[in-house]
Amino acid sequence: MIRISCPFCGPRDHAEFSYGGDGSIEYPALDAPVQDWHDAVFLRENICGLQLETWQHVHGCRMWIKVERDTMTHEIRSVAPAHPGLAAALESGQ
Amino acid sequence: MTARRLDRGGRIDRSKPLSFHWDGKALQGYAGDTLASALMANGERVLGRSFKYHRPRGIMSAGVEESGAIVTVGSGARAEPNVKATMQELFQGLEAQGQNAWPNVRFDAGAVNGLFGRFFSAGFYYKTFMGLPPFEWGQGTGLWMKYEALIRKAAGMGAASREADPDCYDHVHAYCDVLVVGAGPAGLRAALTAAEVGRDVILAEQDFELGGDLLNDPSAEPDRLALIEAVGRAGVRVMPRTTVFGLYDNGTAGMVERVADHLAEPAPYLPRQRFWTVRAGATVLAAGALERSIAFGGNDRPGVMTAAAGRAYLNRFGVLPGQRVVVATCNDSAYRTAGELAAAGAEVVLADARQRTSLDVPSGVRLRGGLAPLEAKGRSGVKSVQFARRTESGWQAAGSEYCDLLLVSGGWSPVVNLASHRGVKPEWNAELACFLGGDCAEPLFMAGAAAGIWDRGACEASGEAAAKRAMGIEAAGPAPGGWGAPIAPLYEVRLSGSKPKAFVDPQHDVTGEDVRLAHQEGFVSVEHLKRYTTLGMATDQGKMGNVVGLALMAEALGKEIPAVGTTRFRPPYTPVAIGALAGRNVHGHFKALRRTPLHDWNLRHGATMTDAGLWHRPWYFAKDGETIAEAYVREAATVRETLGICDVSSLGKIAVQGPDAAEFLNRVYTNGFAKLAVGKARYGIMLRDDGMVMDDGTTWRLAEDDFLMTTTTTGAGKVMVWLEELLQTRWPELRVHLTSVSDQWAGVSIAGPKSRKALAACLADPAAVSAQALPFMGVARTQLQDGTEALIARISFSGELAYELYVPAGHGEAMMNQLWGETSRLGGCLYGLEALGTLRIEKGHVTGAELDGRVTILDAGLGKMASAKKPYIGKVLQDRPELQRADRPQLAGIFPKDRSQTFNGGALLCRPDEGEGFGEGWVTAVTHSPALGHWIGLGYVAGGHEAWTGRTLMASDPVRGGPVEVEVVSPHMFDPEGERMHG
Repeated sequence: MIRISCPFCGPRDHAEFSYGGDGSIEYPALDAPVQDWHDAVFLRENICGLQLETWQHVHGCRMWIKVERDTMTHEIRSVAPAHPGLAAALESGQ
Repeated sequence: MTARRLDRGGRIDRSKPLSFHWDGKALQGYAGDTLASALMANGERVLGRSFKYHRPRGIMSAGVEESGAIVTVGSGARAEPNVKATMQELFQGLEAQGQNAWPNVRFDAGAVNGLFGRFFSAGFYYKTFMGLPPFEWGQGTGLWMKYEALIRKAAGMGAASREADPDCYDHVHAYCDVLVVGAGPAGLRAALTAAEVGRDVILAEQDFELGGDLLNDPSAEPDRLALIEAVGRAGVRVMPRTTVFGLYDNGTAGMVERVADHLAEPAPYLPRQRFWTVRAGATVLAAGALERSIAFGGNDRPGVMTAAAGRAYLNRFGVLPGQRVVVATCNDSAYRTAGELAAAGAEVVLADARQRTSLDVPSGVRLRGGLAPLEAKGRSGVKSVQFARRTESGWQAAGSEYCDLLLVSGGWSPVVNLASHRGVKPEWNAELACFLGGDCAEPLFMAGAAAGIWDRGACEASGEAAAKRAMGIEAAGPAPGGWGAPIAPLYEVRLSGSKPKAFVDPQHDVTGEDVRLAHQEGFVSVEHLKRYTTLGMATDQGKMGNVVGLALMAEALGKEIPAVGTTRFRPPYTPVAIGALAGRNVHGHFKALRRTPLHDWNLRHGATMTDAGLWHRPWYFAKDGETIAEAYVREAATVRETLGICDVSSLGKIAVQGPDAAEFLNRVYTNGFAKLAVGKARYGIMLRDDGMVMDDGTTWRLAEDDFLMTTTTTGAGKVMVWLEELLQTRWPELRVHLTSVSDQWAGVSIAGPKSRKALAACLADPAAVSAQALPFMGVARTQLQDGTEALIARISFSGELAYELYVPAGHGEAMMNQLWGETSRLGGCLYGLEALGTLRIEKGHVTGAELDGRVTILDAGLGKMASAKKPYIGKVLQDRPELQRADRPQLAGIFPKDRSQTFNGGALLCRPDEGEGFGEGWVTAVTHSPALGHWIGLGYVAGGHEAWTGRTLMASDPVRGGPVEVEVVSPHMFDPEGERMHG
């Protein structure tokens, strides 16, 4: 059982979250060339070790978060809101 | 029969006799007995038949490692197969049967397999049956399956009941600072140490009594009671009958508590078992150690068991397990057992494989040094044991002894299984001849015999040290070991060149020969050895046999055990009932149930309900005596002639609000939303990144910065998640807020030529829905006659003049009462999902059956919805060349050639000459159309309907019926120009 520390709700069981996908992907502009979209949608590394992932606290505050997780040990290195504005607001305690 | 109950001694309560049945025979035991000890006390010797050879088997142990006394407990729906009699607490009225035998375990027709034993060696199934010609030709899979079924019947364990499980199971979650696994001296001391300084401690013990090995030692009883009392006083949460079956990430433990398995008449409110998920700050593993057997001829015969088991039956259960006992050992641990058996009146010979030890021979015991068991003789129970002596050139026969019980100690294996679940690699300790848990990065600490500590006092000290370490305090525990003389590792005894039936894994009938055969055939990795011979794959997961199997493999390879390694233990430690995993999530609680605000109203008005995702929705409203087919055809016809109303509250509704809401929708939908006027609705399609259609629905612009998006019923959750992902991860600059309002509104669709009239009569201002005030795709905010706030959009799924009307959920019933009054006055009807389906199929409107995730916007015939003027999600990849091919399956209407015939949804569309393959398309939906007067369908066909004009296809559905000739038409089968809905 992975436990994820939601930036808003605190430590919660992974059953409250749903997995999003590769958090390192920078999705291209909507009118970017087909090769850029192809790479962003279909090409994935199969990482053994630390991996950046997106998750959503779907049964909680519904925040999308970026999680650094070790695929070998399930160790979670860091959790942060995906939305930079939310991250800044939580940081400043507002 | 030579085992007998002693008049005194043991922990059983002789004042509480319990009667029970074994294979239909009435027997008696006492409170405190296990089924195994009670059977032994009654002189029952043969309790099971082995997996492959159907050899008679008796009790081999007194714990979870049992491989012989595996029985079925209970009957009917409560028949539980593969119960270890050594773990089953006796209760009044218990019924147990032998298994894997016909007619019974004493006379078993399957025992003939034993005569052909040499054919049933490792890999037998694969070699024998997969090599048969039909399989070689590539046609024989079916034949192989038949063989396999026969093999499974002949070789196997007990049979599960075919009836539904009548019991209930609970799921429980718990938290603690320290979880202690095992309540022997180490575990009790660890729990006490942590609890005394205020830690929240859970102590789980699989036995029904606390104490572990203390239970087998009458002299330790005062200490045991004192420890238990202290543990209780310190506030430890003590959980007997609870097995920690697995350890998982972040200190999570899976445990099963057997609440009612030992009760004759459980209270009706009790679950049978509780499935615990415990999250512990730290875990102390004090799970003890299991005694190993030795591979020698006939080491599985009834009357051969571990030395520790002999001691447990004597001291804990008050049963003298034999009168003439041979104790064969290679270590010190069996000496005490030998002495206690002699003191209880047995004649005891102690055969120590070691030539000389400095140990005192217990009084009354005859020691024979340097001897090891070579073969146990006696068909249905051991009668004598042949010894062998180790020489320079191997083992040599060295006399025999008559006996009725042969106790064997081949050394001890600490229970490192749970640590192995966490990826801790067991490390071989050559001095103690056992695997010990290696380093662990997690707060997981081994204690007691599980850490290879054999001395009781040292076990307690190690428990204390482990508890301190679990609390973050530096503490050094005692070193492993504790015997007076070193163990002489002994795994197998056989004369060179002989091939005895010497079992390594008795539960799966794996012999030493099987291990050597696997080696000869090139299986050198232990993981391959395991899978080829099935060593360690039975219900005991190799608790007794793994180390012996590895030792033999190492010998065959000419390596040391550490070089061979061990397989990784995986959860569960002991089997877990499926019911316990399911808990209360069964029957109606298997998944969540969602009801619309109009649920009760629908039921009161005669609805038959059906599932749509998690929702219950009205399926049809049958009048007296109507079948479903009659009802939905009448409903659909009524909508086209006059009007009908239908609960559409389950449609997903998302409030999309904010200054950038229009821009957001414009990026999400394939068609333009930026210029949608306030007071207008628009049908939209959204794609996934890869260009496939995700969902569709109408979105209404209520104000400049306020939209109401509707989604399909089953797509609502998915779409909400998707929109949130886009806003939070990709486009954080967009100022848009999303709110799911699906449950806030009750919705009804009013469809049919008279729908305007019925709706207008319910409104405070009937003119609000006039053709001028509310044109097609118009949206109005208005009030019902009673002043209820209402949202109305003139949109149509049925192809008729139609409206969707929404009011706050709490006003849903009042709205329906008004609307139904007007509707019935005008001759209209209530309609359900089935008629809704008919109406939309006639129109060729797509829904979930067509938008199955493999379909592009072009495939669905909605190409004109794809804007060429703006970018949107999925646009780029939708334009991939493969997705543009003209021969892709495209949406089409389907008519049976003979209009009186029907065909099935899900059928493949094939050319008439096409006997096999994937076909030219498929049927997604079929209905009887009252408007057209015959059966019609929607589906996909290669190249679309124009490619098939004038040609015949077969709707082929070989499983449910013969093929039907069909013709392919435009999907817009009724009113293709849409005159009715614009009217």
